Amino acid sequence: MKKLVALLLTLAMVCSLCACGGAKKEGSDDTKKAVKAGFIFLHDENSTYDLNFINAMKEACDSLGVEYIQKTNVPEGQECFEAAEDLVDAGCTVIFADSFGHEDYMIEAAKAHPDVQFCHATGTKAHTEGLSNYHNAFAAIYEGRYLAGIAAGMKLNEMIANGQITEADCKMGYIGAFTYAEVISGYTSFFLGARSVCPSATMEVTFTGSWYDETAEKEGATKLINDGCVLISQHADSMGAPTACETAGVPNVSYNGSTEKAAPNTYIVSSRINWAPYFEFCIKAVQDGTEIPADWTGTIATNSVLLTDLGAAAAEGTQAAIDDAKAKLLAGELHVFDIATFTVNGEDLTSYMADVDTDAAYEGDHEVITDGYFNESGEGFRSAPYFDLQIDGITLLDTAF
Amino acid sequence: MADNVKNTAKDPLFHISKRDDYSTKRSWGVRAIAIVAALIVCAILTTCLTGDNPIKVYATIVSGAFGSARKTWVTFQNLSILLIISLALTPAFKMRFWNIGGEGQVLIGGLAAAACMICLGDRLPAGLYVPNGVVVLLMVISSIVAGAVWALIPAILKAVWNTNETLSTLMMNYIATQLVAYYIIKWEVPKGSGKIGIINQNSNLGWLVQLFGNKYLLSIVVAAILTFAMVIYLNYSKHGYEIAVVGESERTARYVGMKVKKVIIRTMLLSGAMCGIAGLLLVGSINHTLTTTIAGGQGFTAVMVSWLAKFNPITMIFTSLLIVFLERGAGEISTTFGLNQSFADILTGIILFFIIGCEFFIHYKINFRKSAKEEKENDD
Repeated sequence: MKKLVALLLTLAMVCSLCACGGAKKEGSDDTKKAVKAGFIFLHDENSTYDLNFINAMKEACDSLGVEYIQKTNVPEGQECFEAAEDLVDAGCTVIFADSFGHEDYMIEAAKAHPDVQFCHATGTKAHTEGLSNYHNAFAAIYEGRYLAGIAAGMKLNEMIANGQITEADCKMGYIGAFTYAEVISGYTSFFLGARSVCPSATMEVTFTGSWYDETAEKEGATKLINDGCVLISQHADSMGAPTACETAGVPNVSYNGSTEKAAPNTYIVSSRINWAPYFEFCIKAVQDGTEIPADWTGTIATNSVLLTDLGAAAAEGTQAAIDDAKAKLLAGELHVFDIATFTVNGEDLTSYMADVDTDAAYEGDHEVITDGYFNESGEGFRSAPYFDLQIDGITLLDTAF
Repeated sequence: MADNVKNTAKDPLFHISKRDDYSTKRSWGVRAIAIVAALIVCAILTTCLTGDNPIKVYATIVSGAFGSARKTWVTFQNLSILLIISLALTPAFKMRFWNIGGEGQVLIGGLAAAACMICLGDRLPAGLYVPNGVVVLLMVISSIVAGAVWALIPAILKAVWNTNETLSTLMMNYIATQLVAYYIIKWEVPKGSGKIGIINQNSNLGWLVQLFGNKYLLSIVVAAILTFAMVIYLNYSKHGYEIAVVGESERTARYVGMKVKKVIIRTMLLSGAMCGIAGLLLVGSINHTLTTTIAGGQGFTAVMVSWLAKFNPITMIFTSLLIVFLERGAGEISTTFGLNQSFADILTGIILFFIIGCEFFIHYKINFRKSAKEEKENDD
């Protein structure tokens, strides 16, 4: 009986404390009236992709002294819309979402809340939707991947010089998520970077059908290694490929950030998008009341495209080669998708209608070859990649996804 | 049963026996104690692991579910979907048919609805047009039929060849998931993205009606109607009685002349059809898209909801509310405290563990070894 009384007393205490806590919470919600930023993330910090966004959010908001609210693990469904509305309710005037599948729900939220700015990373519809408060952003990450590709090519050259491989078997492997333009643009620029220093390089690509599937990525990497690939890179968000490479002792070029900790002996370099400049740009625009463009493309110049420090596996002279190419890219002397550097089905490319305005029939609608190069994420088109050509030298192992 | 044990030379330290002497009041007392104990354990864990004030964490859970009108509506909408799936599984469970294929039956219902919305929308050849009312009607029919068929297959396997329904219903889930994955790739926009996006975002073709201009209300009303209907069906209909008899003993059912096969197939058709309705609501009324994760594991959560409620539809309202409440609260904890979602899931797990665990103490008692004297008193 004593025990029961004690338990009941505890219950009463917990309940009353709960009540106090609840009351306090409501009062403290709207003390700051300055710009408040809201963030919607598909996963949490366990995904390298989302972690990259979360770090940028902290960096941007801390440097601007802006209050922010984050919502993690928001699926690509109505939950995204509800999360956006929740953030509006909490007083956010600029809201970001990080996953491609969030786009349609962000558009719905933008329609419902015309006074709030909605900024969506990786989306494709802002330029056709015509909403003044809905915006897309991407970065010219193909330039970063091109530079990472140079590091890969330098490694291949080193392996040839050491007699580990011959020029004929300079085959790289690449694990992609989907056969989506973003992935195609990514592996093609990586390949062109590698081939710019190692002309005999070829590449095999396999797809996992998921942006995050550790097992599939690991299996993909192992399959490519068994298939004779001597260097691996990937465009998916788990540690599957880097760990498989470390186990097999095959050099790896990573993405989204350094994977050196997990793969200290095989890690060469990693490219990543730095989202902080975009977040800062948008938050400042809301503070100043200026317009945010429908499409915003970060570049090396805006510090949006970054390369990590080189890992132990990188070949000698890599940094110098990267710096050289970077300077040329910045000066506009070098274009990643220069049509002189690749062929499609054995033929030179002189004209290409890309599917810039998304439609269900995947119809090409814009001529994107300008001044002798494929104008990826170009001015007047859209920020998200639309390079979806299959160039010679790259073999796709499976295109189920 | 327990008395046999006592007379052996060496009694075990304790043994477990069934009890049915607890009054309703007393059992609710036990449940209250369990919840308090769970909260205390969670509080200790929160303080030790995160240093956050556990009371504030609890307050956040409440505000996550009911903090604003919008949050409350969403909570009830989520509740209604989970409730519909739980109700759907219940007649099968009552019949001792372990339908753990709710997930697949919901998904396939959703796929059918999405197929109508997509194929009868923009993809029709130019000049062809299907009115919205017809599309919605076709969606309703096809979702229900699809869900029912998905349940019918394991039902026939069970009724005719007596295969293990736990396995077959589970396997059907994977088939449904892969079918949905296949069609997503087929219908994806833009190419290669693996996403369908909002279906008919501009024309709103096939979007189910909003009752009184409230987009959350439809699922809630459907869930209310189905709950009411299920109470009647299980308790006051001949079918309900047959289900109960088959569940108690198939042999008895056969002896009194019931067609057991027919009951199994009929009940599973109902179970699948209701899951199909949940899929219809998820695609046509709530998300307006199709993903492989649209059911979100609710087909499995519903198993717990149904069992916790001891297959009583009315009690199920509360058990599903409990689950949804904890889920919504967990999301809010990670937002407010910047804690990883996994931590919130740990708290939810502990609370559920205590709540489910206390049922054991309500229905069974633990008898410790007693001295001879006590034993004698007991025997009188």
